[in-house]
Amino acid sequence: MLVLKKLLRDIPAVLGLVIILTVALLAIFAWQIAPHPEQIYGTNILRRLRPPSADHWMGTDALGRDIFSRVILGARSALIIALGVVGLSMLIGVPLGLYAGYSRGFGSSAVMRLADLFLAVPQLILALAVAQLLSRGLESAMIALSLTYWPFFTRTAYSETLRIRSSLFVEALEGLGASPLRIVALHILPNIAAPLIVRATIGMGFMILTAATLGFLGIGATPPSPEWGLMVAESRQYLPQSWWYAAFPGFAILLTVLGFNLLGDGLRDLVDPKLRRSR
Amino acid sequence: MILFLIRRLLLVIPVLLGLLLLTFVMIRMVPTDPAAALAGENATAAQIAAIRTDLGLDRPVVLQFLSYLGQVLQGDFGVSLYSNRAIGADILQRLPATLELTFVALIFAAVGGIAIGTAAAVWHNSWFDHLIRLVTVAGLAMASFWLAIMLQFVFSMDLGWLPLRGRLPTGMTPPMAITGLYTVDSILTLNGTTLWASLRHLALPGATLAFGGLATVARFTRSSLLETLQNDYITYERAVGFPRWRIVLPYALRNSLVSPLNQIGLLFGGFISGAVVVEAIFDWPGLGSYLVGAILTADFNATLAVTLVVGVIYALVNIAVDLVQGLIDPRIGKDL
Repeated sequence: MLVLKKLLRDIPAVLGLVIILTVALLAIFAWQIAPHPEQIYGTNILRRLRPPSADHWMGTDALGRDIFSRVILGARSALIIALGVVGLSMLIGVPLGLYAGYSRGFGSSAVMRLADLFLAVPQLILALAVAQLLSRGLESAMIALSLTYWPFFTRTAYSETLRIRSSLFVEALEGLGASPLRIVALHILPNIAAPLIVRATIGMGFMILTAATLGFLGIGATPPSPEWGLMVAESRQYLPQSWWYAAFPGFAILLTVLGFNLLGDGLRDLVDPKLRRSR
Repeated sequence: MILFLIRRLLLVIPVLLGLLLLTFVMIRMVPTDPAAALAGENATAAQIAAIRTDLGLDRPVVLQFLSYLGQVLQGDFGVSLYSNRAIGADILQRLPATLELTFVALIFAAVGGIAIGTAAAVWHNSWFDHLIRLVTVAGLAMASFWLAIMLQFVFSMDLGWLPLRGRLPTGMTPPMAITGLYTVDSILTLNGTTLWASLRHLALPGATLAFGGLATVARFTRSSLLETLQNDYITYERAVGFPRWRIVLPYALRNSLVSPLNQIGLLFGGFISGAVVVEAIFDWPGLGSYLVGAILTADFNATLAVTLVVGVIYALVNIAVDLVQGLIDPRIGKDL
């Protein structure tokens, strides 16, 4: 509880938490909250490209759909992709990192060299290459992003495990005859959870950005689904007349990623006070 | 130092070999049989078999990998499945455009970031500092494609100040190709008009690409300078009566630049991948727009060739960053 109290004193982090909770609520109750749920997929050419008004807060798009409602539903796919990718990457990356950090020998260095290999190319480019080999769609984008993001968790888990591994309590457990699996899962994992959570929080924001980029390039979500990156891509040909079409989905990305970054920074300050960003 | 360079270059070889293996495996993982795809729908089994022998697909996988390795080492990445042109030549022709854009963005990010970070540290906890903190945090959260489109909207469409896309206005002949970088070539051939035109075309894509990096550099400069300013020698200089700008600019700033410069080096790799999106939006004829084109036309050979080339650039840049760090901070240099 002391941790929570400290976190609540950090105003930017609290702001980030508020943003994330708001976005999560919008995502869960998207259909109930959206002012025009029937206009998320329902098109009406007579209403097309209306500027923001009292009825359509963010205007309407080229097919006459309500942009505000679509942005709200877009929060759902953004969070699902980010949660899915971060979850899957942790599922692959953390056990590998634990294994490489705890066991010494050939397997350990093989795992780390494999991780280095995936880190030898910028993540977006590798993800683009993998996504192309799979069929188009949201699932392929998620798989491609996870396949290229796991090494970051492996690196974190590896270096933290190495640090904990030489502690006295691990030696004591070994002396008592605890199995390696038991030591790693029950004793080391809880001790390295904090840095992993920080990584995951910052990774959520990063994944929302990257997934939106894939959608923008036409590799992630497919029309007519309301995905933020895809919406910005669709809006390009209606500039400069319909500025609201491009502006609001992008603003939603900015705000959501900002929330995760602020919370991630706050959590990192808690876990590692040496990295405090400001005095 | 030279020993270090050789050792680092040797260490790169296994990584590049692994990368080659990765791209090779990825080519093999393509769900469609390339021979069947090339032969067309009405081909007989014999025709497909003939093409397979022709492409060497019937040989053992290990031999296939070795011949792939031999080709790549000669700069031969095969032909594009879409345009039937040699991929290696295409990449070589487009590389200078990407490098020019990346270097300009790097200069933007370095100069702007260090200047803003220094100002924020000098007047720390003022309204200016808070404003900069807000902008830098937002800068890291902004999708570059959105920023690019918003900048295009404001500066090209609405105000009409800067060109919308491309490297030069249509109809203007590019300067004589010496380096392939239009700005450098214009200076070398003393052509003021092309220089001005290419700079104007660089402004928006360069600024888009630089924005996130500028935020990072500013944050690191600010925190590092604040730390330096708390040293005893700064207090001493202040007591002696040096004016503030003389304490900050030559003495404190020089001692605070190690971590920002390290960040600038790391940015280079990020910019190369960021260039993919920026180039696609500004129709910049570089490696990034080539990659996007290859992906949209399902041109596997070209995609993987670009991935490989970027991997090589990335590795070389990392070595260069380590070397520069050693030059700036001799304490690190001694360990190299």
